[in-house]
Amino acid sequence: MLELQHISFEAETDDGVHKILRDVSLTIDERMVVITGPNGSGKSTLAKIIAGIETPTEGTILLDGENITHLSITERAHKGISFAFQQPVRFKGITVFDLISIASGKKLTVSEACNYLSEVGLCARDYVNREVNGSLSGGELKRIEIATMLARGTKISIFDEPEAGIDLWSFNNLIKVFEQMYATIHGSILIISHQERILENADKIVVLADGEIRAVGDKDEIMPELMNASGICSRLVDRV
Amino acid sequence: MAMDLIQKRLLREVADLHDVPAGAYNIRADGQLAGRNTTANIDIVTKTDKPGIDIIVKPGTKNESMHIPVIIEKSGLQDLVYNDFFIGEDCDVTIVAGCGINNCGTQESRHDGVHSFFVGKNSRVRYIEKHYGEGDGRGTNVMNPTTIVELGEGGYMEMETTQIKGIDSTIRNTTAKLADGAQLIIKEKIMTHGTQYAETNFTVDLDGEDSSTNVISRSVAREDSRQMFNSNIRGNNRCAGHSECDAIIMDNASVGARPEITANSVEASLIHEAAIGKIAGDQLVKLMTLGLTEKEAEEQIVNGFLK
Repeated sequence: MLELQHISFEAETDDGVHKILRDVSLTIDERMVVITGPNGSGKSTLAKIIAGIETPTEGTILLDGENITHLSITERAHKGISFAFQQPVRFKGITVFDLISIASGKKLTVSEACNYLSEVGLCARDYVNREVNGSLSGGELKRIEIATMLARGTKISIFDEPEAGIDLWSFNNLIKVFEQMYATIHGSILIISHQERILENADKIVVLADGEIRAVGDKDEIMPELMNASGICSRLVDRV
Repeated sequence: MAMDLIQKRLLREVADLHDVPAGAYNIRADGQLAGRNTTANIDIVTKTDKPGIDIIVKPGTKNESMHIPVIIEKSGLQDLVYNDFFIGEDCDVTIVAGCGINNCGTQESRHDGVHSFFVGKNSRVRYIEKHYGEGDGRGTNVMNPTTIVELGEGGYMEMETTQIKGIDSTIRNTTAKLADGAQLIIKEKIMTHGTQYAETNFTVDLDGEDSSTNVISRSVAREDSRQMFNSNIRGNNRCAGHSECDAIIMDNASVGARPEITANSVEASLIHEAAIGKIAGDQLVKLMTLGLTEKEAEEQIVNGFLK
């Protein structure tokens, strides 16, 4: 179980200090938790704070009761936190096979790596030896990013806008991939998303706006609210 | 030929050889001939006017390879050698050359190799050259390879050069002249560390109609090392030339790139690209989220880049 206790995050910019997150408290123990909210609400920052990429100004993060607030990215990765980037990183010279092997943390056989690629709908033979560089499209990189998450197989898997840049075929299968992922790994999947169809599959939805939690609940409670709400949430409806 | 363990290790590093190779070879150890084999199609003859050898490949020789490694373990040895490769018409051969130095002494060990390639009409040559140095003494390892290429009509040459650590100072000069329809691909990989210095100079003359070249350099400069990349592609006819220098700079290193292109014909199409930068922060972060430490992530990125 992942617990966020009173997390605040301030960022310094040229025009002063900005509060990006204000006193966010949350537990993540369900199969699939989706954090949603308008652009600039602090969703991605919250995800990065969990992965250790950003350090909160205040607050505590507990993983299965252990305080991990000051652990490095690497240490958290070893404790069982994975993070899929919104914009996957490109590498000159590192192949898809290399990346999946590193993610798995062991010596993989080519056929094992291929299984992960097949799960995200990539013809493994065509991709396994390709470099993770600019020759791959945004959609392909995104699917490879998801394959590395499958290879990681950790108890907490964070996806920052997995639907961004993904084509229709992949999107239809994305939900299935999440379901299969849960069936195999039994870990919590935390997704930052605007997508109605992803929200519909959530066990818990967290609505974030202006750095604060506005609502938390299951989809039956939150979805009607999101669809009908005015103000901040109407902007969200425009997105979904 | 009997080789000691150090010689065997050096051979493995520079020529991927675990023992005496099959096919044609000429092994030079500490300035002396240590082994030679010729085949029906490949002849190797010792030069009479200066140190070195002539390698003569008969026209029509296909799918043959030859190994021309040089190994040095005597500290203070200054070795200069001229190797001339005469490749007949319609050949398709692979040449593996390289130099390994094990300098455990305190003096400078030096190998300057001048390799000339005369590639006949419609022949294809793959040339692989590795430079490797090691040693626990304070003696410096110096290598200054010069490569001269003349590609005949329709000829093709792919040249891969690798220098990973171990060489304290290197100035690599490569010049090439291409006839009609000839193509030259150069792939260079360099990693320097400590206070090493590596300079590479490429001059390619695209003399022939529809000749083309692609010069690709990838390098990593660590610690206090320095690198300089110079290239000049001259388009003297209807031709295509491209050069690409991509460098990762780390620590207190210094990297310079001067890619020059000169068009002496309106039909010449020439492009150069050069990029120098540190390892991208998001690359490190990504690999750390996969469980690598920052140091391991750095190694992975560098190894991949130079692979």
